[in-house]
Amino acid sequence: MDGEQGHLDAFRAEIAAWIDQNAPTSLRQRAFTEEDICWGGRNWQFKSEDQKRWLELCAARGLTAPRWAKDYGGAGLSRAEEKIFLEEMDRLQVKRPLESFGLWMLGPALLAFGTEEQKRHYLPQITRGEIRWCQGYSEPGAGSDLASVQTYGEDRGDHWVVNGQKIWTSYANKADWIFALVRTDRDAPKHLGISFLLIDMNTPGVTTRPIKLISGASPFCETFFDNVVVPKTQIVGELNRGWDVAKHLLTHEREMIGGGAGALGSRSISSILADEDMMADPVIRSRAMKLDVDTLAMDLTLERYKDLAKQGGLGHASAMLKYMGTELNKDRYELLMAAGGSDALAWEGEFGSLASEWLRTKANSIEGGTSEVMLDILSKRVLELPSK
Amino acid sequence: MENLLPTEDEVMLRDAARGFVDSAAPVTNLRANRDQNRPYDPALWAEMVNMGWAGVLIGEEDGGSDMGFAAANILAEEMGRTLAASPFIPTAVIAATALRQAGRHGALKAIASGEATYALAIDEGRKFAPETCALMAEVSGNGFTLTGRKVFVADGISAGRVLVLAKTEAGLTLFDIEADRAGLSREAQALVDSRDHAALTFDNVEATGDDVIGAPGAGMEVLTPALRAGQAAIAAEMLGLSSAAFAMTQSYLQERKQFGIHIGAFQALAHRAAHLWSEIEVTASTIAHAGRMLDSDPEHAALAVSLAKARASETSNLAVREGVQMHGGIGMTDEYDMGFYMKRARVAGEWLGDYGYHAAIVARARGMAA
Repeated sequence: MDGEQGHLDAFRAEIAAWIDQNAPTSLRQRAFTEEDICWGGRNWQFKSEDQKRWLELCAARGLTAPRWAKDYGGAGLSRAEEKIFLEEMDRLQVKRPLESFGLWMLGPALLAFGTEEQKRHYLPQITRGEIRWCQGYSEPGAGSDLASVQTYGEDRGDHWVVNGQKIWTSYANKADWIFALVRTDRDAPKHLGISFLLIDMNTPGVTTRPIKLISGASPFCETFFDNVVVPKTQIVGELNRGWDVAKHLLTHEREMIGGGAGALGSRSISSILADEDMMADPVIRSRAMKLDVDTLAMDLTLERYKDLAKQGGLGHASAMLKYMGTELNKDRYELLMAAGGSDALAWEGEFGSLASEWLRTKANSIEGGTSEVMLDILSKRVLELPSK
Repeated sequence: MENLLPTEDEVMLRDAARGFVDSAAPVTNLRANRDQNRPYDPALWAEMVNMGWAGVLIGEEDGGSDMGFAAANILAEEMGRTLAASPFIPTAVIAATALRQAGRHGALKAIASGEATYALAIDEGRKFAPETCALMAEVSGNGFTLTGRKVFVADGISAGRVLVLAKTEAGLTLFDIEADRAGLSREAQALVDSRDHAALTFDNVEATGDDVIGAPGAGMEVLTPALRAGQAAIAAEMLGLSSAAFAMTQSYLQERKQFGIHIGAFQALAHRAAHLWSEIEVTASTIAHAGRMLDSDPEHAALAVSLAKARASETSNLAVREGVQMHGGIGMTDEYDMGFYMKRARVAGEWLGDYGYHAAIVARARGMAA
């Protein structure tokens, strides 16, 4: 144990010194918005030279995906080492070099289901921020009922020809590739005729159209597939077993949204607690006190569930984090708006204002599975309540 | 951040405690005790003493097992599951912590051996507010004379000794006296949870300097860490209570049929059950955190403990209300156990500070404007 602790202490000292020496000063303010995130990709316009340099430096050390193997562009860190790395990043107030659906979702799915060739090909492109991925799950007729996908891939020997439409594809208009659920067997039961395909957005026949939300932002798109040719090498997992991959990946997504990944929309209500004027209103006062208690309790629960995950996975219980985290976030923003009064109503477009963040939180309990779907998962899978 | 999962030792302790409580103190015991107007059960406590529970927070030199606060919380949580009534929290958690602060080895030995049990006489009004103590201890000769009244004293009838907080010229002072000392009268208070509670009247009760725990005027210095330990333990008891009430409800949703299907298949109930389960999970994290903080950094555990007590009060309240509602008619009957859980949750939620008391401590620690 001493040996291991000694190693971790040495690692902490080394990585902290490296971050301190290499992280550009301009990326070290604490306050940042959705606009400051580096998503990478073929068409990415770096916001600054510093943003580009920080990504390159981290990618060279594998630190954009700390726990992935070095062969796949990661740093090969243990969980304990990764935790230390992230703690030191927080302590030194350094922004993450790269955020992406490739890191959060496709990567873990490829690590679990991909072939060695796929891992070696796709993962390093993700860690270097060269390819930006989006997720093609929902369809106009398949919202919460995700498995009823109609987008169809017709077997043409060495490739499929894909036709159909996806909706709520996050950042599809900015992404380079999409991982999509495509029906490859119309006769099989609905969960058993779906394949998980990787599709280059540059393939002829792929088009996207952004959807503007009430917050003013357009994080989601409609994505259309019109006779899109997809080589058979671009399937992850087995033919018609794409639902297994999707389920695995949804678990990651839920943990991410519930955990407030990327620190989006996580304004604290301590600003209300500290404001004598706002706290003079007894209704605001009691709501602020209660929400602060609940937020602290939720933060501890995220920590506890991280520890649980290390012990062998959360499984369906991750739906609890998604449900409680997003509902709490909505409550918090309602209170921030109420406490802010008419000041909080200012409209500055899609970024930066409290009002746009407030409206954005409304999507949190819908995207990635609605709160009601989460409660269904918990009641059926965790609590084993009967279905009839 | 500390690890919030139980260690291997803690899992073993929990399993052993659960096994014991299930067999020696099931809810049927509480029912029998209530029906026979017997608010406490010395034989059960004697068994707990034999298992070392009385000494969970007492050093080995005084005959304790010194397992720590997280372990004490585990025992309290398991007792909460079956509503097992015992002097555990007032004696083994609160009194032991206070006496250990003050280095009272004789008294600690007496607790660990089961010879002494304690009641805690703090409250005077309808709400927990130890600093507003009015019970006077006036200097007389070499000692003090105590006059005043305390209410909501848990184990006030059964305990052999009383820790009482009194006001002296020097400030708040904590005394340790026998329950049968001259001038001290105890009157049972029948509360909804059918346990041993009492009002204590002090009529010129003589106390010596030796009876003072800590120093005169420094009562809160000794008492505060002890109260924190007690608040964490009662929160843990409420977590166990919530989990057990929830488990009853869950089973009922799985078995009960109406309109030809299991009622757990109705989303109106299933989603409420899932929500309740989620709230219990979140509260469990705060209990684990409070235990870890008390063990590792007790000086800074105030926020963690109050967070746990606030959440546990609220969650246990939800668990029993939902428990009764989802059981429908039988949930309202005396014959069914859910009512016992509802009654105990209400008493435990009030004892040692209610939701508002603890939420305010959290808010102040988080920088709340005055």
